[in-house]
Amino acid sequence: MERVAIIGASMTQFGQRDAWIRELLAEAGSACLDDAGVAADAVKHLYVSNMASGEFEGQTGVPNALAHDLAAVPAYTARIDQTSASGGAGVYAAWQSVASGASDMTLLVGGERMTHKTTAEATDVIASLTHPAEYKHGVTLPSFAGLTARHYLETYDAPREALGRVAVKNHSNGVDNPHAQFQKEVDLDTVLESPIVADPLRLYDFCPITDGSAGLLLCPESVAREYTDEYAVVSGIGGATDTHVVHERADPTTMGGVVNSSEEAYRMADVGPDDVDVAELHDMFTILEFLQSEDLGFFEKGEGWKAVEAGVTDRDGDLPINTSGGLKSKGHPLGASGVAQVYEVYKQVLGDAGARQVDAGTGLACNVGGFGNCVTTTILEGAV
Amino acid sequence: MTEDGSGAAGSDAADTGDDTTPTMDAARYPDGSLTHPPHPVGPGGKEPVGTVDLSDYTAEVVTWTTSTATPPGVREPNTLAIVEFDVDGEPVRAIGQVTTEAVETGDRVRPVYCEELRDPDAGIRAPDSQAWDGFRFEPVA
Repeated sequence: MERVAIIGASMTQFGQRDAWIRELLAEAGSACLDDAGVAADAVKHLYVSNMASGEFEGQTGVPNALAHDLAAVPAYTARIDQTSASGGAGVYAAWQSVASGASDMTLLVGGERMTHKTTAEATDVIASLTHPAEYKHGVTLPSFAGLTARHYLETYDAPREALGRVAVKNHSNGVDNPHAQFQKEVDLDTVLESPIVADPLRLYDFCPITDGSAGLLLCPESVAREYTDEYAVVSGIGGATDTHVVHERADPTTMGGVVNSSEEAYRMADVGPDDVDVAELHDMFTILEFLQSEDLGFFEKGEGWKAVEAGVTDRDGDLPINTSGGLKSKGHPLGASGVAQVYEVYKQVLGDAGARQVDAGTGLACNVGGFGNCVTTTILEGAV
Repeated sequence: MTEDGSGAAGSDAADTGDDTTPTMDAARYPDGSLTHPPHPVGPGGKEPVGTVDLSDYTAEVVTWTTSTATPPGVREPNTLAIVEFDVDGEPVRAIGQVTTEAVETGDRVRPVYCEELRDPDAGIRAPDSQAWDGFRFEPVA
């Protein structure tokens, strides 16, 4: 099977935008084609990662709208919804389309428009992914984070401050990301004294509500070479689910979807956790960075917090995590986030990440939907 | 086929013979495991062989949170807990609202029926698509 290459990537400004979903998708889609120097009529498959444009905006059918807006008709289109992991699932679908031979040029665009809704309304749209037995109690994704964070801290005797350090680190990284929603440092006291959202977690433990879009262009490696000498290869990819009902998991601090999707990706790439040079993790909540860093095999279970405290995951540490600023500072436009994670890893393995650049030949992105309900892990290697 | 939980602590109180008495059902699967809520199939794809009414039992708080950013139609603040029941040696967990903010990990709680846990007309989900009653957890001395 021929390897699948990424030859272009784009990311719009994340934050509170005037543009609506169609405009956001078109902005990232056209920028991605421009980045690769590929004409729209060369696109055979066009995937849109998006969780809820109908629920947020009353605009459905966004892939067809994007095909028209980009002049990519008659490209085959599909919308990929896997809640917060729609972006990662889109990467998987785009990879499949090329790896299977069905498409020799696939454009993936992920996006979401959210900020016109109140926080309560946006929280409810996202909480609608929960099981009826959870939804009727008013269970939200932030409340799952609070429940899990308390259990983690009590089980592993970790200090509350360690969670705060995730926010401090990722905000520090976001300062150098011109596309990030927040390009400012926060100190630990600010995090620890911010208002409680889901005890013990506070406002700065959570990502913001965000508008934005990101794009990737995938093709067979032989086609990639016709356009550029600098491209990344999807060397490993895997996807997995965990229980819909979150409390039924044997260990509340283990995300089976992360374990299983990463094992699949590692096996395909013929690498292990120790070979990863840089990683983008789904820090929708600070606690998730601990859980994923352990379930990906970077650190032992219950030890992820120590690595953050020791600076191991800082930009100048042994394993930089969320050099982009993560969802925490970059923002989390649901369908865009998994695509934007791979955008950052793509930039890192090509040595094109500017002030955020670290020494990275192999990078990993882990995109989490629900509270670990569905997960995609992608591994990229630079082919410079 | 169902099990009525007879012989378990508290079972007498719920055994009124009234078919309308609300129950907090967990499904029992052929391997003996339990889940709440019940699922069409359990471990190994096996269908349930019975149910247990968890409202006959008390549980221990595994973890809890108090959410202050609640969606439309949900009480604010909303204290929630994941609790674990011990049904004759078989553990089964549940999630739900707590009757008070004064709760700690390890507390014993009992299920208390509530006719409407949130306003069905205020949220995004179709009101007729699911039930809105259920059981909150109340700490017991």
